[in-house]
Amino acid sequence: MYQFSSRLKSFSFALMVLGILGIGYGFWTAPKTNEDVEKILKEQEAHHGGAHHDTHAAASHSEATHDEHAKVEEHASHEATTHEAEVVDTLKHEVAHVAVDTASHAEVDSTAVVIAPVVANHKSDIYVSKFHKEHVDHAAEHKEHVEHVKHQLQNKPWSALYVACIFFMLIAVGALAFYAIQWVAQAGWSPMLFRVMEGVSSYLLPGSIIFIVILLLTCFRVGDNHMFVWMADGVATKGHENYDHIIAGKTGFLNIPFFLIRAVIFLFGWNLYRYVSRKNSIKLDQTRDMSFFRKNYNAAALFLVFFIVSESMMSWDWIMSVDPHWYSTLFGWYVFASFFVSGITVITMTTIYLKNKGLLPEVNKSHLHDLAKFMFGISVFWTYLWFSQFMLMWYSNIPEEVTYFVTRIENYNLPFFGMVVMNFVFPILILINADFKRLSWVVVMAGIVILAGHYVDFFNMIMPATVGDQWFIGVSEISSVLFFAGLFIFVVFTALTKAPLASDGNPYIEESKHFHY
Amino acid sequence: MSNKVVHAIYNDDDVLLAAVHKTKAAHYHIEEIYTPFPVHGLDKAMGLAGTRLAICAFLFGITGLTIYSFMLKFIMISDWPQDIGGKPSMAFYQNMPAFVPVMFEGTVFFAAHLMVITFYMRSRLWPFKEAENPDVRTTDDHFLMEVGVNGNEEELVSFFKNTGAVEVKVIDKH
Repeated sequence: MYQFSSRLKSFSFALMVLGILGIGYGFWTAPKTNEDVEKILKEQEAHHGGAHHDTHAAASHSEATHDEHAKVEEHASHEATTHEAEVVDTLKHEVAHVAVDTASHAEVDSTAVVIAPVVANHKSDIYVSKFHKEHVDHAAEHKEHVEHVKHQLQNKPWSALYVACIFFMLIAVGALAFYAIQWVAQAGWSPMLFRVMEGVSSYLLPGSIIFIVILLLTCFRVGDNHMFVWMADGVATKGHENYDHIIAGKTGFLNIPFFLIRAVIFLFGWNLYRYVSRKNSIKLDQTRDMSFFRKNYNAAALFLVFFIVSESMMSWDWIMSVDPHWYSTLFGWYVFASFFVSGITVITMTTIYLKNKGLLPEVNKSHLHDLAKFMFGISVFWTYLWFSQFMLMWYSNIPEEVTYFVTRIENYNLPFFGMVVMNFVFPILILINADFKRLSWVVVMAGIVILAGHYVDFFNMIMPATVGDQWFIGVSEISSVLFFAGLFIFVVFTALTKAPLASDGNPYIEESKHFHY
Repeated sequence: MSNKVVHAIYNDDDVLLAAVHKTKAAHYHIEEIYTPFPVHGLDKAMGLAGTRLAICAFLFGITGLTIYSFMLKFIMISDWPQDIGGKPSMAFYQNMPAFVPVMFEGTVFFAAHLMVITFYMRSRLWPFKEAENPDVRTTDDHFLMEVGVNGNEEELVSFFKNTGAVEVKVIDKH
């Protein structure tokens, strides 16, 4: 039996406490009012100095003109009373005429000189009224902009929490899918690792409970949570200021009750399989009754059928619907590849940890090699899907779908392309070598980069829609990851203590013990 | 120097593997082993060095990637940068996604074909090559170990008889 080492336990608690504090800080410092946002925008502008961001420039411009506002208005009204609009118009015409003809008709010059002061006077007048009009637009725009930024900044701690929560929950789902595949395929190498896989997937239950709580908080808009645009009031009501024609057409699928029902069904189905399979697996060890093996085989086959459908719909619901105007057909597989490789990576890293503590004496370098091969292969698979999705949209460049990538490339350039380096270039160069796949430190290093890369992947899927260009990997994001990492470690290693680490009732266990490649 | 070799013939791969271990332990030099199918672990037992074909393939792949990248860069960007359907042809990176399928296939093409050709060259295989088969049964169900004779011929023959060989012959090799 595995004993949860007290050092690891305190480490996981430290992570959770740090995480909770940071998450709390994130919510505490999120702006509550428009005034807070104005202040933040000013600060951002000060930080940026000369290098103005578009939105900052617009904001600062309005700031500066605010004070002049009264003066300008007074001046404009004064001018309006002394000069008739007709006069202004004719003069304007003349100005244009003079400007055009100056070069060719020298004699006009004298008249031009005569009227010049007058024209100059009127020109400034026209300019002022024009400027004034622009200025009014700016004020309205600025207010809208502040409102927009406020929503983004209020979303930030929520999105950070959401990304970390879904990422860690899906790692458990990925491990569970891998586990089910091993049962169905009747793999001869992996039964040695079944307990580790069951341990990693044990996070599914607490993970999905927290996730469903966050979904409920989102659906009932507790706190300033605007992550899902389609949940806003009146998006589907004609004549409402929030009315969105496109979202209104999707309410048959995207409505809160159906959304929650689907979420419950998916999470229930996955948890049910995990519960049944774990129970049968332990019973198989205890009784050596082959009926449990067959039961688990059937359960895994049924689960995989349910999983591929639910996983696809899950990705539309929980991830794609933050961008309700955008759709992609291979999105479900893309999300699957991302968390599947993360799940395998976590299984590998847990195995290496336990092996290094001498708790899995029969796990050899060939098991490690096989896991590393899966990490390598699925990383490439992820890249294939990432590229297919990106390239098809980039190539056809249809405005309604390409905006998804335009916002990501413009505002998330480093994370967007950085994750390709972390999830593809790095693993392909490191894990292509057969000898490297047998060195645990190389596999752990690759695993850390892959996990970080896939966190960034989920970050890239959620953040551009919820916080837009206000993103920043700061206290909220890091703390959320720390909290869920701590919880994950605590739950997984607690589950590992519940049963002997070597599952010895499996008919393939002898083959697995002697597995070598 | 005599060109005599012992041909020890076996009819089971497990017996062959055991014989290889014994021969290695007795420090006889194994010239060659002929088998009808790949015997798992034979190369390890004989102490053969690992193949470097995978390294070749990797380098060939990189070569292919480089060649195709430069080809596309030259044709599409440098030589005649036309506007084809609005694709940005000002710089390589701007148009790169469209080149990736070609670059990928080029990499695989070079890695695969050049590796196969390397294998043929290294193994000296080509059409109309004369087969180097010492005994026709080795392509069917017999295994043959060839060991050079240095010194006592009798002793060597009896050694191989004891390793479970079904037949031991001493042959003058030209």
